[in-house]
Amino acid sequence: MWFFSDEHRMLQDTVRQFAADELSHCVQQLDEEEDFNEEAFRKLGPLGLLGITVSEADGGAGLGAVAATIAMEEMGAVDASTTLSYLAHAILCVNQIGVNGTPEQKEKYLPKLLTGEWIGGMGMSEPEAGSDALGMKTRAVLSGEEYVLNGTKMWITNGPVGDLFYCYAKTGEDRRAVSTFLIESEMPGFARGKKISKMGMRGSPTGELIFDNCRVPVANRVGTEGKSIGMMMRNLDLERITIAGISLGIARASIDASVQYAKDRKQFGKPIGAFQQIQERITEASAWYEACRCLTYTAAQMWDQGLMAGKDAAMMAAKAKLQSAQMATQVALDAIQIMGGYGYSREFPVERYMRDAKLMEIGAGTNEILRLIIARQMLGTVVDL
Amino acid sequence: MDFQETEIQTELRDLTRKFARKEILPLVEEDEHNEHFRPELIAKLGELGLTGIPVPEDFGGAGMGYQEYICAIEELAAVNTSYAISVAVTGLPQVILNLFGNAEQKAKYIPPLAAGQAIGAFALSEASSGSDAGSLRTVAKKEGNEYILNGTKLWITQGDTASTVMVMARTGGPGTKGVSAFIVEKGTPGFSCGKREKKMGCSISHTMELIFNNCRIPAANLVGNEGDGFKVAMTALDSGRITIAATALGVARGALESAVAHSREREQFGKPIGEFQGVSFLLADMAVQLDAARLLVNRAAWLKDNGLPHSKEAAMAKLFATDMAMKVTTDAVQVLGGSGYTKEFPVERYMREAKVLQIVEGTNQIQRVVIARSLTQKG
Repeated sequence: MWFFSDEHRMLQDTVRQFAADELSHCVQQLDEEEDFNEEAFRKLGPLGLLGITVSEADGGAGLGAVAATIAMEEMGAVDASTTLSYLAHAILCVNQIGVNGTPEQKEKYLPKLLTGEWIGGMGMSEPEAGSDALGMKTRAVLSGEEYVLNGTKMWITNGPVGDLFYCYAKTGEDRRAVSTFLIESEMPGFARGKKISKMGMRGSPTGELIFDNCRVPVANRVGTEGKSIGMMMRNLDLERITIAGISLGIARASIDASVQYAKDRKQFGKPIGAFQQIQERITEASAWYEACRCLTYTAAQMWDQGLMAGKDAAMMAAKAKLQSAQMATQVALDAIQIMGGYGYSREFPVERYMRDAKLMEIGAGTNEILRLIIARQMLGTVVDL
Repeated sequence: MDFQETEIQTELRDLTRKFARKEILPLVEEDEHNEHFRPELIAKLGELGLTGIPVPEDFGGAGMGYQEYICAIEELAAVNTSYAISVAVTGLPQVILNLFGNAEQKAKYIPPLAAGQAIGAFALSEASSGSDAGSLRTVAKKEGNEYILNGTKLWITQGDTASTVMVMARTGGPGTKGVSAFIVEKGTPGFSCGKREKKMGCSISHTMELIFNNCRIPAANLVGNEGDGFKVAMTALDSGRITIAATALGVARGALESAVAHSREREQFGKPIGEFQGVSFLLADMAVQLDAARLLVNRAAWLKDNGLPHSKEAAMAKLFATDMAMKVTTDAVQVLGGSGYTKEFPVERYMREAKVLQIVEGTNQIQRVVIARSLTQKG
């Protein structure tokens, strides 16, 4: 993007190199085996990427949404699964501790999370509370110096491998009485449920978290009791901007693969790129990708410069995520189509791009929920009548 | 053309649906994972009379038409695309021989295929000859009473389990006029299977490379005359497109049924998600597209059954129905959200299966070529 700083461009090079060196060689195998590239993940620590948005005072890189989105796009173009796990760690867990944690919480947890010694995750969704996040049933009841948590979290990225989870639970009868707790995987009453087998993003472990009278010290509550919704929503906005970067990466890789193929593959005596049907798909894909790229990085830049307040930020983030996700899925589908039988085979990466892209329309707010957010901002209370 | 299904069609549908749900469904997820094809299921389908629906009773077929054939294929595909494709592909050599074969070829090869005792395959594509079928390089050289085949075929559905393979090879000069059609039996010296493709979906159905290395076959295995091969292949593809379109109807219907069920059961914000327009309108569009596709498919089958030209209409049905299936299955995953993305529900499989239908039997790009040509080259 034209407004990237020198620092942004250096970051872009660094992440691109990292992805080429550490992710590209085994991404296909890990997808087949549903296995996690833990080794590469931990190497993100020394590169300074695990605390990309955390202030330098707290040991982080002190960068913002633009930088995080760059990291997502560059890594996502090679290995969307590891990128998704990285996002769950850096944006959903580490960033939240950096923004909302107490000095003690930061001191206790950030060093381990920033070096890659610990893997982080976030717990919001539940079996009965997906799009309707505030319908969550996990409960935390204060008992002396501890909260006792009961409930089940679902679809948790890094659930099967994480050491610390930034989790939401209800602390009152009110639908909006949501509180936040830092849950260590070794705490009594915490258990990992089943690992979920998925269509795509198979190199990013997804699982359940189970709280069965899980005892959490009061010191591990983040923020005021019952007042977490604002923090939660604001992080969802940052998540949506940065995860759009993964969609951009998948789309870019799909376009690159189909362009290369359209030049190389000959049918009827000429490269298939000579046919207008193929040109149409490639040009539309590229134009849509550029449009989404402008939208996403503009949202990130506005976020970093503090130009968007509250619900405007939510709407802009939702627009960037909604368009980029739909674009990525369609562009990946078209890449398979351009490559025909080869595109459908697992010898080429585009079928994986498509399977990975589909999650972008579901995770971090389904397309439907993003439309609801945008509609509420545009139409006001009419939407909920 | 009647909008009311005949009793026979309805019976055929019910019979196939029951079989698919009882015999195929319980095995699908595990077999997909293990890439495990079961020829014994084709044999059982044969016992029910479902593997030779459109060929005459004289050769052990059911003597019915494509309007019946597509009912059975749709019902199989609503459970699993691989077996629908298997039946369709086993049908191809039967249909070809019935049209172009001589009396001996028909009597020898059709009955075992029609009975499901043998599996059939159709070998046209090669590594450098996909959409551009006329450029194929496999050669058949006549020597005395034999043809000697040399070359490699790619993307051949069930090439490993097929007993009877219809192979397109070059007997003359370059271009479409130099192509001939041959029957090659499994086990013929010089005929072997190469690598098996690892695919995004339809993994039960094996996709094979076939290698012909000085493979000698009797001259009697030439189907039609030398140089008829491209015509044979195109006729086969016209029929094959109708069956692939029917497969698309089945996959889409399976996905729509899952999405509708989920939208009734799943509650968010205190009510079933089907009560939100964002979801219910998706379902409405899916149903409209499915029915529109069904009408196109039925028309193509009706034209074929009545001996009328149907090349353009088969291409239209295939193009529209498979694009529809891609959209409907993708939207079904969306309606099921996180659940739809997991292997615990079938919709992600339907979505992976739908994609191949836009590629096989002529990519949808080639369907547009066929349709556009028929528009621009007339009058």
